[in-house]
Amino acid sequence: MIINHPLLGPRDSAEFVYLGDASLIERPDPAAETALADFVDYAYMRENPAGSLRELWFHEAGDRSWLVVTRNTMTHDISDVQMARDVARKIGRSK
Amino acid sequence: MRYSGFKVIKEALTGHKGWKPAWRDPEPQSHYDIVIIGGGGHGLATAHYLAKIYGEKKIAVLEKGWIGGGNVGRNTTIVRSNYLLDGNEPFYEMSLKLWEGLEQDLNYNAMISQRGIMNLIHSDAQRDAFVRRGNAMMLNGADAEYLDLDQIKKEYPFLNFDDARFPIKGGLAQRRGGTVRHDAVAWGYARSADSHGVDIIQNCEVTGFRIENGKCLGVETSRGYIGASKVGCAVAGSSGRLMAKANMRLPIESHVLQAFVSEGLKPVLPGVITFGAGHFYVSQSDKGGLVFGGDLDGYNSYAQRGNLPVVEDVCEGGMAIMPMIGRARLLRMWGGIMDMSMDGSPIIDRTHIDGLYFNGGWCYGGFKATPASGMVFAHLLAKDEPHETATAYRFDRFKTGHMIDEKGMGNQPNLH
Repeated sequence: MIINHPLLGPRDSAEFVYLGDASLIERPDPAAETALADFVDYAYMRENPAGSLRELWFHEAGDRSWLVVTRNTMTHDISDVQMARDVARKIGRSK
Repeated sequence: MRYSGFKVIKEALTGHKGWKPAWRDPEPQSHYDIVIIGGGGHGLATAHYLAKIYGEKKIAVLEKGWIGGGNVGRNTTIVRSNYLLDGNEPFYEMSLKLWEGLEQDLNYNAMISQRGIMNLIHSDAQRDAFVRRGNAMMLNGADAEYLDLDQIKKEYPFLNFDDARFPIKGGLAQRRGGTVRHDAVAWGYARSADSHGVDIIQNCEVTGFRIENGKCLGVETSRGYIGASKVGCAVAGSSGRLMAKANMRLPIESHVLQAFVSEGLKPVLPGVITFGAGHFYVSQSDKGGLVFGGDLDGYNSYAQRGNLPVVEDVCEGGMAIMPMIGRARLLRMWGGIMDMSMDGSPIIDRTHIDGLYFNGGWCYGGFKATPASGMVFAHLLAKDEPHETATAYRFDRFKTGHMIDEKGMGNQPNLH
């Protein structure tokens, strides 16, 4: 698979480490009433779709940036690549 | 029709005209007591034990394609019970015992070969860990044997003992481990289940569940609605896709695992060996091909094919311990979809929906578990309580902190 890095251009996926579903960006609020259930859900439960999946890849052998890659799990086709930082800021994460 | 040596000779003398199909091809009925989704090893084994051991009637196995076309036809055929943790080892040891009696139980030749499995040790720390594992196995009634270098050199003289980076220091052997003809497992269970009255319905894809007031009443299929008092799901890599139809999320990701077979060779490899410093396992099939595999590709996938970086990694692992493998040509490679759970151990439990039961999360250890998985899932379906060897395989263990994490990798499914 070739991942089209927004800054570096097309890179071999072997340069990356895979973390999983990009919902991991949206960490629950630890002070919420429902924090325990929220964190069990966050840490362990997955959509695991057969089709389009947004997922986190870490460019370990490259610029060490985190990417959000939209990839089809049936065909391995990659339709979109964004910097995870931009995605996180867009949903209100500042750090 | 029972198979026997006498029957083979009789058919040989009469032109092989008396052989009949090994199972029927029935039309689905409108209602069953128990419907099992998934006609793979685990689903068929469940049906067999439900009918034979637990005396259940009116059972159907629904398979979207043909039986045995999923992971039971795609694995590297290894059986063993060399686990460490209490939640796992009694279960896998029961499985190995069931393998030992399987052919008599099914009246079917599954070519079970207890040729032994050996895990190679490459460092002092690994020796400590493997000896501990061996002790845990023996505490649970399994066999384990520590082998020193001289013993291994006698049995496997061709290994790369003096590799500068990963010298071989010893090994942990389980003599009762070995290999099984994997397709015959599916066929043997199917034939036996069918002979006990189970309807095996192929080309019947489940498209949804009919759930009312928190109770599962049956399944919608490509061949119409089928009512069921109890529904058991045993679909391995497709678990996420199937359970989503019941609006369930699972602590599971689906990943692709590749396997490989070389051209046929004369007998060179007496048992199963595994590389302790990388991830590589190899055995020789009865046809002569070296059957081997390694790590997952590492990303979520439902495509039954992988990519080249893992091919390179697996072949490097093979060259590292067994350089002569480089002289063999690769004949075939393929991929299967693994239901990787968050702690690397399976889930066999009721769901929050009445009458709906789940069996999955086998990661890439499902084949060796086939008989025990069938037995304990049958127990759960028949008695509505877990089998004594499967009490740890609960859905809520991730919430209560009772994970069964053999490798200590945490909630990172692609590392288990």
